[in-house]
Amino acid sequence: MNALETPVGGRTVPAPRPPLRTGRRVQHLGRALFVAPAALYMLAFYGYPLVKNLVMGFQEYTTRTFFTGEAPWVGLANYEQVLGSPIFGKSLVNTFLFTAGSILGQFSLGLALAVFFRRTFPGAGVLRSLLLLPWLIPLIVSGAVWKWILDQDNGALNRMLRATPLTDARPGWLTSTTLALAAVVMVNIWIGIPFNATILFGGLQDIPDELYEAAALDGATGWRAFRYVTWPLLRPVVNVVLVLGVVYTLKVLDIILGLTKGGPANATQTLATQAYQLSFVEFDFGQGAATGNLLILVSLLFAVLYLRLSRQRAEG
Amino acid sequence: MTAPAAAPHRRSVRLAPPPPSSDGTHERNTQMPTPRKRVRVRQVLAGACAVPLALSACGGGSDAPSGGSSGAAVTSLRVLDYYANEPDNTVVQQTVAACGTEIGVTIEREAVPGDKLIAKVLQQSSSKTLPDVLMLDNPDLQQIAASGALAPLDDFGLKADGYQQGVVDASTYEGKLYGLQPVTNTIALIYNKDILAEAGVSVPTTWEELEAASKKLTQGDRYGVAFSAINTFEGTWQFLPFMWSNGGEEKDIATQQTADALQLWVDLVKDGSASKSVVTWSQADVNDQFKAGKAAMMVNGPWQFPVLDSVAGLNYDVVPIPVPKAGMTSVAPLGGETWTVPQTGDTARQAAAAKVVACLNSDANQLALAKARQTVPTKTALLAEFVAQNPKMKGFTDAVQTARSRTGQLGPDWPKAATKIYTAMQAAMTSGEAPLSALQQAQAG
Repeated sequence: MNALETPVGGRTVPAPRPPLRTGRRVQHLGRALFVAPAALYMLAFYGYPLVKNLVMGFQEYTTRTFFTGEAPWVGLANYEQVLGSPIFGKSLVNTFLFTAGSILGQFSLGLALAVFFRRTFPGAGVLRSLLLLPWLIPLIVSGAVWKWILDQDNGALNRMLRATPLTDARPGWLTSTTLALAAVVMVNIWIGIPFNATILFGGLQDIPDELYEAAALDGATGWRAFRYVTWPLLRPVVNVVLVLGVVYTLKVLDIILGLTKGGPANATQTLATQAYQLSFVEFDFGQGAATGNLLILVSLLFAVLYLRLSRQRAEG
Repeated sequence: MTAPAAAPHRRSVRLAPPPPSSDGTHERNTQMPTPRKRVRVRQVLAGACAVPLALSACGGGSDAPSGGSSGAAVTSLRVLDYYANEPDNTVVQQTVAACGTEIGVTIEREAVPGDKLIAKVLQQSSSKTLPDVLMLDNPDLQQIAASGALAPLDDFGLKADGYQQGVVDASTYEGKLYGLQPVTNTIALIYNKDILAEAGVSVPTTWEELEAASKKLTQGDRYGVAFSAINTFEGTWQFLPFMWSNGGEEKDIATQQTADALQLWVDLVKDGSASKSVVTWSQADVNDQFKAGKAAMMVNGPWQFPVLDSVAGLNYDVVPIPVPKAGMTSVAPLGGETWTVPQTGDTARQAAAAKVVACLNSDANQLALAKARQTVPTKTALLAEFVAQNPKMKGFTDAVQTARSRTGQLGPDWPKAATKIYTAMQAAMTSGEAPLSALQQAQAG
């Protein structure tokens, strides 16, 4: 960039105007050419799929479409079908519960761990790297392992429960319609903790120690130091973690497919699993796209909310 | 990226003197004095464009049929199937290659994992790169035929005379035959001979006997019976023999007959004869339970034999799935894959492909494939000879005689009905919904 700008722009040489104009055009062209690859990349790999998905939501897009290329326009029929299906309401509520539960658990545990690891003590480094474990295992693998752990008859969790004197019950973590969503949320919290803890830990590192010393002199230690020093200074990082967390959690698919496939009896069906089911199991790509678009809309609402919040803070 | 893939776009690459592989040096070269800038920028662009172009060529170009002109002699055929695992992979490879030799063409076979096949076929449909010979799971045939991607086999003089009727139904769409299926399979009741003998329980043949036997065989951490009631098509497939044998039908599942069949499954779980986990078990999970001695009987198919035979000291046998009342017929669903000829637009290649399909379905190949892959020949005249040679397959061969195809009644609409069936099944088995009302809700939804 610098090499292009210096000979033409930068220096103030007012006298020869005409040559500068062509020079400026060249400069603009040069800039545009540098932007072009990124723009083309964005359009091809992000813009096109998004537009295609939007359009597909209004089309009868089935297996036949792939061979004939014909996708008749059906207006809002896909949306009517999707919104009218009894599973939709349930999926929407589940998506909300799953996201809210996951974020609440991931964030509070992640924050607690980040604050805990801010102190240095022997073995802190090792423990902190262990924390990353869930992040390092492929989701399909952790899904399979958790499925074993949560198995009703021979799962590790129920065996441990029986070994305690508290209960003889064997809860059906993945087989009961009341427990399955909670179990899936629990696993997703386990997966999400490393992300939250790592980013928040990074944020904590940026808070100067002097502030804590000053606060301590004023009598603010422990909880009050957290409330009046840590929390206000961590807010920007918290916002990023929460918004990214919500967007990531809304679209979680693999872990639910691995554990319950949306069952039992649709108890863990979310908008994401429903979109997958419609598109890739029933091959009704039109309805699948419609469901996916609704999911994008929900994500978009959160993104707008986030932008609003951060702008308000910047102005205030 | 293969060389032939990039070839069609060589002209655009040639605009840029340095090869596209040295992109890194281009970037540095752009920081040059103005006079040479334009040229350089164009080079950068040309270099950058070459990458996506070559990438897109990988999708379409490399898979393109080698002989587009129908006049040329056919020397090789592309075959696509999902026998990616051993031992099936080798068995099918050898059989297809032998058929190629017989017809005088070489075979380029590709095997993809089972769950990737339809995605691959759809992708090839849209890029007009379908293989010459395509294997499909039989319940998928009508949906793919409905899309127009398959050629009717009648056009090449192939007929399904002497085949089991359900097998022919599955490969027929709107009155035309689109596939020929050399072997089939189904599910039956597999039981542990030692456990039953020890408990003094005789092999159940009716629902009443099944319930009594399962209850008696349940002991400690061992359940009497295991089956898959998972919320996928696998769960539906396992439920079909119970539904069909009782007169239930997929076109309307909200009937008393289907509700009674569902009630049987609900009762087996409710009285503890089957694990509550059946709603999350795939058929492979069911097999694991049986193999580990945690289930005395199971509903499963012959493809589990290799795993079962590897367990030392496991004595098992197979009988058709128990029927509602003595004297009724057990109706099981037909499994297995059918071989088709896609519409590639090259009639000479299609004719050669049809010969391969016919060869795979010859009497000798039906018997050989059935023996090697623990399946049953589809030509009814071969069954007596087959059972004589493979006594262990008798239970499944009996079950196949009266079996039905999943798509015989609904055709391409089968997946929607299959989803309704497992939805109702799960509602009744996990949330205490009465079977009939669960079925009514699913049928309406």
